[in-house]
Amino acid sequence: MSRILLPKNSPLGRRKFLGLGVAGLGAGLLSGCDRLSEAPKFIDMLGSAESLTYRIQRFLGGGSALAREFSEADLSPVFKVNGTQAPDTPEYAALQESGFANWRLRIDGLVTKPLDLSLADLRAMPQRTQITRHDCVEGWSAIGKWQGPTLADLLRRAGLQPTARFAVFHCADFYERAADGTGQYYESIDLIDAFHPQTILAHRLNDEALSVGHGAPLRLRVERQLGYKQAKYVMRIELTDRLDHLGLGKGGFWPDRGYEWYAGI
Amino acid sequence: MTILPMAGVDLPAPAGRRKVHRHALATRITHWLNALCVTVLLMSGLQIFLAHPALYWGASGADADRPAFEIGAETVTVGVQRGYVRLGSATLDTTGALGLVPGADGDLTERAFPRWATIPGWRSLALGRRWHFFFAWLFVANLSAYYLFGLINKHLRRDLAPTRAQLRPRAILEDIVDHLRLKFPKGEAALHYNPLQKLAYLSVIVGLLPTMILTGLTMSPGMDAIAPWLVDLFGGRQSARTVHFIAASALLLFVVVHLVMVVLAGPINGVRAMITGKLAISEGNDHEPHSAPQK
Repeated sequence: MSRILLPKNSPLGRRKFLGLGVAGLGAGLLSGCDRLSEAPKFIDMLGSAESLTYRIQRFLGGGSALAREFSEADLSPVFKVNGTQAPDTPEYAALQESGFANWRLRIDGLVTKPLDLSLADLRAMPQRTQITRHDCVEGWSAIGKWQGPTLADLLRRAGLQPTARFAVFHCADFYERAADGTGQYYESIDLIDAFHPQTILAHRLNDEALSVGHGAPLRLRVERQLGYKQAKYVMRIELTDRLDHLGLGKGGFWPDRGYEWYAGI
Repeated sequence: MTILPMAGVDLPAPAGRRKVHRHALATRITHWLNALCVTVLLMSGLQIFLAHPALYWGASGADADRPAFEIGAETVTVGVQRGYVRLGSATLDTTGALGLVPGADGDLTERAFPRWATIPGWRSLALGRRWHFFFAWLFVANLSAYYLFGLINKHLRRDLAPTRAQLRPRAILEDIVDHLRLKFPKGEAALHYNPLQKLAYLSVIVGLLPTMILTGLTMSPGMDAIAPWLVDLFGGRQSARTVHFIAASALLLFVVVHLVMVVLAGPINGVRAMITGKLAISEGNDHEPHSAPQK
């Protein structure tokens, strides 16, 4: 083995050596981080921070705290369309063709009375209107005015079985359709958020019927979480006791792809 | 002159130099954990910023709104792109460094920051967030431990709070001159921090680091519902995001200056002292500061 000889009493040599050391350390850190990013166990370890965030936010009053509501003056001039621009299935095209007259929202799973509701049924229910800030995971925010019945009212009508723990939203769009036919958008929330007074199923944005880009005819608003939780094109709400049997098992399209299931951060 | 309570133990050392205890164990552990956390947070933060490299002021801000700051790439003429950084109406061509940078294959690609600056090196917002939030918790726990130890063993008050004498304009001016002349104490004077050092450390410890945490929390929609005062404190979520970026830049500047100072003041002795706790100082007091040190 060769020995590294350090020039003695030569600060320049030492400094050069130290500089090389620091550069080597930096390069090692970079490739090390990239290698760790490919190790599933390490990624799971990093992901453990999510449950800490969830518990602490719930502990700090995250059960009942309300998201801020804004005034008309705060509305974003343009509310950015993100994610799916329009679902590209023949079924959705047919629904759109009919002006969503034949569209039905199905509520089933661990409920006592499964429901099939038309847009007219939803419009006939007590409505909530809220001007809130939408925060995309990418970093931008937009303020919009949403209107629709609360999810709590819908769930009370369907009646929950005692084992129900999550509300799952099945959507009409495939954001990335895989060869095996998977890739359909879905999302899920716990019952704390499901019964939160600001959690609504919006059919109107800024006093107009929801556009296709924004999720026509119905989208979820769960105001204390990020944009990807605000499922668009909601077709069915399923009450379940667990999430591991859906999609890739993480409770949502983006959670299946590495994003947090609890997107309050 | 009284020496610091921490700096009382004489240890065997080569003639003309002696080693003294300089840094408490708690200081050393929290220092290196903090260095790790800040490095990962800065680099994973840049990864997150890749997803939307624009900053706004106020509650909201997205593509249709005018950003206060932006990193991007645009087409100059057919087939020719340039990277740019835009602050207000001023635009700077940053091709190769920011906005349009070499990709994995070496060709220029649209990306706010180069691969070496982000964790992970490839684009992954999901992984960047995982790294960021795990190390954010570690960073908060470590900083809390540092504050706690600093108050208990009086490190904050004794070693970091400037003395009245050090805060006199004359003392600060003399310290600036000393820094510009690259004059660093080697003897007893090396056992306490000079005024600029104290001000720099304190502004990071009680200014920048808490600002990073608070603005980070303000970007969380869950936290905004729990603590709406956070949003008001920074004037909106997008403002908080902008302040987060500015404070991170200031922190990066501090790290660079800090490292340069360590190298200029004697890197081996300094780094060793932050690892073992023992700093070698020369017997003769070769550089007594002009202003009286702490009593």
